[in-house]
Amino acid sequence: MHVPDGFLDAPTSVATGAVAVAAVGVALRGARRELDDRTAPLAGLVATFVFATQMLNFPVGAGTSGHLLGGALAAVLVGPWTAVLCMSVVLLVQALLFADGGITALGTNITLMGVVTVVVGWAVFRLVQQLLPKRVAMVAPAAAAGALVSVPVAALCFTGLYAVGGQAPVPLGALLTAMLGWHVLIGVGEAVITLLAVGSIVAVRPDLVHGARRVLASRTLEVRDPEEVRS
Amino acid sequence: MTGTQTDRDRPAGTPPAARRMPTWLLITAGLVVALLLAGVVSFYASSSPDGLNKVAEDHGFAGTAGEHAAADSPFANYSTRGVDNDRLAGGLAGVAGAVVVLALAGGLAFVVRRKSR
Repeated sequence: MHVPDGFLDAPTSVATGAVAVAAVGVALRGARRELDDRTAPLAGLVATFVFATQMLNFPVGAGTSGHLLGGALAAVLVGPWTAVLCMSVVLLVQALLFADGGITALGTNITLMGVVTVVVGWAVFRLVQQLLPKRVAMVAPAAAAGALVSVPVAALCFTGLYAVGGQAPVPLGALLTAMLGWHVLIGVGEAVITLLAVGSIVAVRPDLVHGARRVLASRTLEVRDPEEVRS
Repeated sequence: MTGTQTDRDRPAGTPPAARRMPTWLLITAGLVVALLLAGVVSFYASSSPDGLNKVAEDHGFAGTAGEHAAADSPFANYSTRGVDNDRLAGGLAGVAGAVVVLALAGGLAFVVRRKSR
């Protein structure tokens, strides 16, 4: 969903640029609460994994492909603030080194793929986590639900930006239908990859997974307390 | 994997981290997977336009995209300039990108993190 230069007009690009700068600024402060010596290496891994997986376009229908966006995956694994930073680094490198996503559109791409997918993915994850049994095994399915919803919502937000600042006249109803149609399908792929990736990490080190903290804390409290008293 | 059982089945009082995969091993394994995806598997990715580009073509606004300011980058469009073999050119670009992202994101995470204890 990398927006190239030229799709959106200058005022819209400046506005999304301001949103992106503000989001990264707030995330730099927020990520401090999520990152410590144990979880910082995971943040590097998550960003690298998102970059690698974004290269893997999978077919979603007639002559169309999609790739993981990764906002929900990153939010669940390392926390939403750190996820915004990870996604922004990926999008910055893609724009500057790989000519993928316009440079004047970097703010738009960070807003859509680095902020919207993270916020929506995390919100839906938390909501689904409340509804499902409070078990570690439910973390990956809840993450997949967040991933599934995050992609069409980002597509919806692009359509909204295009309605404001699109450079070519396009009937908005048709644009919205087409964007949502393809991105619901891409969202299914996003959900599958997120399920596998989050499930793998949860299986071996649930203690490192940000989205598993609440369920782990409620369950292991009785076990950890004597440990801490002794040490 | 037996890792899922460590918390639930652990007798009270045993060390919690005893049977867990060490962090360095998890990170290393994850990075190997990411490098393989970026360096090898990426060759087999679909080359069809993605959802947004497809919609732009179908609705007649693909042409508004400008020339990319970084089109001269040695890795533009995920292909290493000067390397003729497609598989190698794409794989090198993928590995280079993964290393740069790891350095930037990992470095940022270490700068931002709370120093523990």
